[in-house]
Amino acid sequence: MKSHVWRPLYVVLFVVATILVVRKIVVPPDFGIGPRGYMYGWHRPSNEGEWQKVTVKYRTTEYCKKCHRDKYDEIKQSPHANIACENCHGPALAHPEDPKALNIDRTRELCARCHFRLEYPTSGRGKIRGIDPKTHNPGLECVTCHWPHDPRKEGHHDHAQKLL
Amino acid sequence: MITRRSFCKKSLLMIGGLALPLSAFELFDPKRLLAEKGDGKKVRWVFLVDTEKCVGCGFCVKGCKTENEIPYDANVTRTWVERYVVTKDGKTHIDSPKGGRDGFENRAIDIGEGKFQEIKNEEISKAFFVPKLCNQCDNPPCVQVCPVGATYQTEDGVVLVDRKWCIGCGYCVMGCPYGVRFFHPVYHTAEKCNFCYHRISQGMKTACVEACAFGARRIGNIRDPEDPVTKIITTERVNVLKEEYGTTPQVFYLGLTKEVK
Repeated sequence: MKSHVWRPLYVVLFVVATILVVRKIVVPPDFGIGPRGYMYGWHRPSNEGEWQKVTVKYRTTEYCKKCHRDKYDEIKQSPHANIACENCHGPALAHPEDPKALNIDRTRELCARCHFRLEYPTSGRGKIRGIDPKTHNPGLECVTCHWPHDPRKEGHHDHAQKLL
Repeated sequence: MITRRSFCKKSLLMIGGLALPLSAFELFDPKRLLAEKGDGKKVRWVFLVDTEKCVGCGFCVKGCKTENEIPYDANVTRTWVERYVVTKDGKTHIDSPKGGRDGFENRAIDIGEGKFQEIKNEEISKAFFVPKLCNQCDNPPCVQVCPVGATYQTEDGVVLVDRKWCIGCGYCVMGCPYGVRFFHPVYHTAEKCNFCYHRISQGMKTACVEACAFGARRIGNIRDPEDPVTKIITTERVNVLKEEYGTTPQVFYLGLTKEVK
């Protein structure tokens, strides 16, 4: 048969071969059906490991306790016992190496997350003692009068003097 | 010499033998049957949210955004807290300013476009907060619709997104009935809550669970009968969101009402 009849076939074979080669290079070798089957498990399994390697930023109270045992003991016997250190002090990351010091959030807004009074009868929020930040000593940091590690104690007045 | 009778007999025997599948010769093994009945998995992560305990402080949202590197000021978040205020006239007012990242420090409901609706305390019949996150469904619709296999479910039940493989088509964002998916503003790939997979894989709790001072959020392993979360789910009145979609969500709620469902 004449070659012009076969020519399209060669073109098709070439295209198919190119696609197969490209597929071999581009698709990761581990790509396949996972234990969850074709519908939910079709993926690249090495990605699971990539997600597991994400850096932990919040090291939890147990990590802080190792060096700051005194602070830990103080807050644990106070009404604020359930609040994690890193909620106010920020994520520990690799502290004390990096960062050397944590940036403490002493804003009124931080305390008002729980202590802005909302009269919600069917929520735990309604049971928390609260204030209206607009009328309750506006401009002053809460820690001036209230010691956050044990709100039953007084805060740092010296800190207030620095501000005034 | 082969007779007509023996030829017929032998052919029938051979056809009968060929028709028997190999598995018919396998011996009955009760241990293997039991293993196949349960799927044999040791871990299946589930989440428990107690809406009675949530006070809407938003520390969970703040912690999640930092832990999972979601740009802090972008208006997207893997988990968020909704406020529901049901008034005595039967209306439900819902808001979640910035996903509740900064808590709820305004009595008025954020109704969008910078407008706020004041609600008097005496008009409220019930008001509460509901944290939301990915339900890590047993039948995740977001995974079914992915055309490239970039999103998938791990053996322990967590749905993950392969950032290298995601093409950003957005089918999964549309497919999720709970609206938990969005595009990551930096990577431009689909993004979702993954129960802090890096933390739970090494025995830690998720960032949101650690940040919650009220025990409103808890994570557990439903395959472990001694897990306190499993005990609550199996013995108390828990509910899930939008079960009519058939997604079999694995985030269980205590104190869920019809306004939320």
